[in-house]
Amino acid sequence: MAKKKNDEKPIQYRCAGEMPPLPVSQGTMRVNKTASWRSIRPRIIKEKCKSCMICWKVCPEPCIAPTDPPEIDYDFCKGCGICIEECPFDAIVSEEEGK
Amino acid sequence: MCAEQAVKKKPVRLTLPEQEVMSPGHLACQGCGATLAMRYVLKSLGSKTIVSIPACCWAVIDGPFPYSAAGIPVYHCAFETAASTASGISRALSALGKTGITTLAWAGDGGTFDIGLQALSGAAERGENLIYIVYDNEAYMNTGIQRSSSTPHGAWTTTTPVKHYKKGPKKNIMEIMVAHHIPYAATANIAFPEDLVRKVDKAKAMRGTRFIHLYAPCPTGWKHAPSLTVKIARLATESNVFPLYEVENGVYKINRIVKNPKPVKDYLLMQGRFRHLTEDEVNRIQNEVNGQWERIVKLEQAFGNAPES
Repeated sequence: MAKKKNDEKPIQYRCAGEMPPLPVSQGTMRVNKTASWRSIRPRIIKEKCKSCMICWKVCPEPCIAPTDPPEIDYDFCKGCGICIEECPFDAIVSEEEGK
Repeated sequence: MCAEQAVKKKPVRLTLPEQEVMSPGHLACQGCGATLAMRYVLKSLGSKTIVSIPACCWAVIDGPFPYSAAGIPVYHCAFETAASTASGISRALSALGKTGITTLAWAGDGGTFDIGLQALSGAAERGENLIYIVYDNEAYMNTGIQRSSSTPHGAWTTTTPVKHYKKGPKKNIMEIMVAHHIPYAATANIAFPEDLVRKVDKAKAMRGTRFIHLYAPCPTGWKHAPSLTVKIARLATESNVFPLYEVENGVYKINRIVKNPKPVKDYLLMQGRFRHLTEDEVNRIQNEVNGQWERIVKLEQAFGNAPES
């Protein structure tokens, strides 16, 4: 988690018109890169992949982009392995992290 | 960011809405079922939603204050007040004349089956305009796996340790909610996201209190590998432990009839919390599950078709 700098002043709104449209803007937890939680790294074998998008569907993060073939965002993947377990074509393999 | 990249490449056929309201970087455990649940629900409801979350896993998953992973306004309320807070939000929106905003109450099984039951019952009786979704992980997982009235027979928790495992069945929350004569009540499972999204879409189009009982496994509390979350959730429906059905204005409909149900033993063996069970206990659970399934089939036969008017 990125810490706030001490010299950073809190934002003050003078009128309602200056406030952002949503009280909490979308996706601010993206500062928290959860990649360090991972002990295994899923890797998609492009030759075996049929782009059925089941891995995109079951990713609880979500960090798999629905492209052809799907792309895993390794900044956020926690390595739970659901995509490896659910892939019907065995196109995702697990590799030990750091090797 | 993901969506922008998707546009550039060759489009693929998706069975779920592509919009992603929830963002990565949240604080859920690896393989969390509750996160999948929120992701699918927000895919259907969209960003024009206000959610009230009591003390539950999602109060932590969302992140500390200036940050949020849900992507929608979140109201963190007291443990017992998920439904009453959502009632207030819903009434305030209607007083301000704002339409097209869905009010969602999102609570765990402790905040629904035990602590939040009176608030939920009150809101359902008043007919407040909100969607109430309970994600059921069958214990108080956030505080350290204590037993709740949603814990099934035979399960280990920290307050029902191995020698004194929970004896007695799970509370039937669906029957309680159907008894309130609410317009829509349904069970859903994270392993069947298309069915879940269809149910949330259906609930979104209605008015009044709508209730969805959503089954979400918890690898930490159920003692299984994080990669098996979806597999176990699917097995729960395929073995009739958690049947999928919906009740629309008192009319029952089973959404998934399993022709050859798998033995409950397969489901129990995958989880560490059932490791201590003897053969007799497994048979007993199998009988309980069969009885529960027969009851739902009978209910569908009795109250299945819409009464002719």
